[in-house]
Formats: sequence, structure tokens, C-alpha cells
Amino acid sequence: MTDETKAQLEEAIVNLIKEFTNRKRFKPGDIVKEMEMKFSASGITKDDIKIAIRDLTDSGRLIYGYAGGSFLSLPE
Amino acid sequence: MSKKYQTPLLDELKKGKWPSFVTEIERAAEKSEMTDDLLGQVEQSYKERMGHWKHGGMVGVKGYGGGIVGRFSDLPEKYPGVKEFHTIRINQPSGFFYTSDILRKIVDIGDKHASSLYNFHGSTGDIQMLGVKTSELETIFQQLVSFGFDLGGSGSALRTPSCCVGMARCEFANYDAMNICYNITQAFQDEMHRPIFNYKFKFKFSGCGNDCTASIARADLSVIGTWKDNIRIDQDMVKEYAKKMNLHKYVTSKCPTKCMSYGETGLKIDDSNCSKCMHCINVMPKALRPGVKGGATILLGSKAPMVSGPRLSMVLVPFYDVAEDAKNGYQWFRDLIGKIWEFWDEYGVSRERVGELIQRVGIGNFLEAIGLEPLPEMVSSPRGNPFVLYEDYVEVDGEQG
Repeated sequence: MTDETKAQLEEAIVNLIKEFTNRKRFKPGDIVKEMEMKFSASGITKDDIKIAIRDLTDSGRLIYGYAGGSFLSLPE
Repeated sequence: MSKKYQTPLLDELKKGKWPSFVTEIERAAEKSEMTDDLLGQVEQSYKERMGHWKHGGMVGVKGYGGGIVGRFSDLPEKYPGVKEFHTIRINQPSGFFYTSDILRKIVDIGDKHASSLYNFHGSTGDIQMLGVKTSELETIFQQLVSFGFDLGGSGSALRTPSCCVGMARCEFANYDAMNICYNITQAFQDEMHRPIFNYKFKFKFSGCGNDCTASIARADLSVIGTWKDNIRIDQDMVKEYAKKMNLHKYVTSKCPTKCMSYGETGLKIDDSNCSKCMHCINVMPKALRPGVKGGATILLGSKAPMVSGPRLSMVLVPFYDVAEDAKNGYQWFRDLIGKIWEFWDEYGVSRERVGELIQRVGIGNFLEAIGLEPLPEMVSSPRGNPFVLYEDYVEVDGEQG
């Protein structure tokens, strides 16, 4: 995965969560499935998406929450 | 002793002959106002027969999705000290071994930044540091890391793997439970700290059928020690036991498969019918020992009663040569886990444990997906019938298999 594709992937994940703020809680697994579909032509794997999620949470752009199951959210 | 609140119901719980959690909370309350409020809230809960905790929310440390269990009071104005009363799960060392020095360091953190209360250990296995405010989480985490500790698992993640004391302290251990537990914990750090599953997943490793980690009931994947060869018998020691107790009453008649007898020629065991339940060995530990060809049985699917009731694990791999796989860094075991998780990830629904998924889709489909051949030993309970059904099949001439 190129740096450019990785940046696009991270942006797409953040935008997805932003778009559904207060409407839907995305489990990390949901995001993996959404991104697999969205980036199917780019050859992005599940592991690539998991790494992108890890980088986003490490940098603080996304945070984890829990409500009956773990989900990802934008920082408050 | 602090008496901010009158607690007549809690006081009743100090009267028994066993140590009381109320006594310990009161001791902690002497140096923590937060813990004083805990006594008040718990008393009210007992009085109303209703809990006053909310849990979950957006609490954690940077980069981690597990390890902190958010806990809030629903009476924050009345009990401000427990407005936030989170739990930090600290990954315990394999076999729960600590030095007194490291224990002092950990409890010093709790005295300074939390309620001074701990669970050693929570049912998952972790050390649980109770009563932490959100603002203190990152500070405590950094201090724990500086001592070489890390957070455990929580949420929809791999929960902290745990094991019995294994070969470090137990003569019954059939494999090195501590080594595999440590190895698996290190191998799956991402899965533990960054929830990615449909729901929780637990490993527990017990060195023998006594199952000191209760893995058969509490772990999605249980690894329980067993052996392939015969029980080792010291007939002289058997005779010594026979002088002190009725072997028929306390040993042979209690054998679940009735595979043993005691007479003039000594103790006889039909090992081919032994289910390795450990009863006879537990009763006569000086006379009987597990065989020398040790390994483990891998079981899958137990859980506590949440969505669809409690389940015990079922046999997945009758005999796993742990020592052999250890030479290769437990690669076979890791690959098996990978296949199980892949199937669960693909077909499981939200909040569905892997055992519930297997129940829903059928064991045959599951085994096919993870590439294991069905075996008669795959039983739903010891000595029970296999639930993999076989059909008599006669191949007709010319028929394609």
C-alpha cells in the first residue's frame, strides 16, 4: 500500500465516522468491512485496514468507546 | 474508623468468620474519601436491592481500546467520590507470580491515584485496580508501563490470557501452561489492546484436568492438560493409602468410567478407558501420577450466561502435543486460532461468542471451514456422544466419491 493510498484510507475511515456521528456506532469490524468494499479495486487487505485503524487511534484522531461492544468514535 | 455514612446492612457482612470485603473497603476508606462514598452507595444499593453503577462510555488511554472498564455512579450528586470509579485491568504475569517489591509499587499507585482497592485477581485473571478517575488514567498507565506492566483486555477484544501455576508449582502439570500463555499474550497484543472482534474472546490454560483456571466454563478456547500413556502407579504407596482409608469408597467407586479396581494384586487401571478426570490422582497424589506423555486437549466454545445461556467448551483437538509445537513458537496453535477468528469474523454477528456461532451454523460447517477433520473424540462433554454425525456409506460401483 502506498503512502497516498494509506492516507486516503485513513481519511475515508474518519469521514465515515464523522458522517454518522450521533447516528451510528461503528465497531472496528464494521469499518473493516466497509473499507474492504470501498477500496476493493485498490488491493487493500483487512490487515491494511486494521493498521490504518491502529494508526488513527495511536495518533488520537479516533478513540475507542464501549456501549455493549467496542466502537470507534471521534474524540469529544 | 471513618463513618461518613451509617451502613447497618454492610455491617452485617463483617460478622462472619471469613474476611469481609466490607472490612477491607472500610480500611481503604480511612485514607480515601472516594472509598468512603463507595460505602455509602453500596449500602444504598443493598437497601434498595438495586445497583447504582453505569458502565461503558468513552474512557481509555491513548491508542488502546481495552484495559479500562468505565464505571460511573448514577447518583453522582449524592456520592461525588464515586462519580467516576473506573477499573484498570492490569495484565498479570503468567501463574500470578510477583515480588513483594513490585506489589508495593503497584499499590502505591493505587494509594496515590485511585481508591486503594484491588481485586487480585478479577475473573478474567488481571489485577484490577478499582476506583480510578478519568483524569488519572493516563498517569497510572504510564507508571505501570515504567514497571514493565501493561493493560489487559476488555471490550470486544482478546481478553487477557491466563493460566494456572503450571510446572512452576504443580506436579500435575502435563504441559508448560505458563510458557504458552506468555507466548500467546505476546503474539496477540494487537487483538488485546485494539478491539476488532464481534465480542470478547478468552483463552485459559490449565495444566491438568483439575482445570484450576476453570477454563472449560469460562474460556472461549480452553487448553487443558492431559496425557497419552498410562497413569504412573507406585503400588507400595497405594498400600500405604489403603491402610489409612477405604480405597473402594474414596477412589475406585468414584471413578467416573469405573476403569479401576483394588485387590490383593494391587491397584489395576484400564487406562484405555480412563477419562483423565484426575480424581484418583487427587486422592492419592503420592501413589499416582499422570503419565509421562503429556500434552493438552483443546476445547472451544464456553461462555457465561449472557445472550443464549451458559455453555461448556466442547472438544476440538483431542490431543495437542504442546511441547512439540513449542519448538516452533506454537505456530500450529497460532494458525488454528487464526482460522477460528477468521470464521468468527466472517460469519459471527455482533455480541455473538464463538461457541454460539458454532451452535448456530453447526459443527460440521465450522470444522470444514477451519480445516479440521471430524473425529469421534470431538464430544460435547467428557464420555458423551460425539455430536459429529457419521452416516454409513456404501460406495456403489462407478460412483464418484
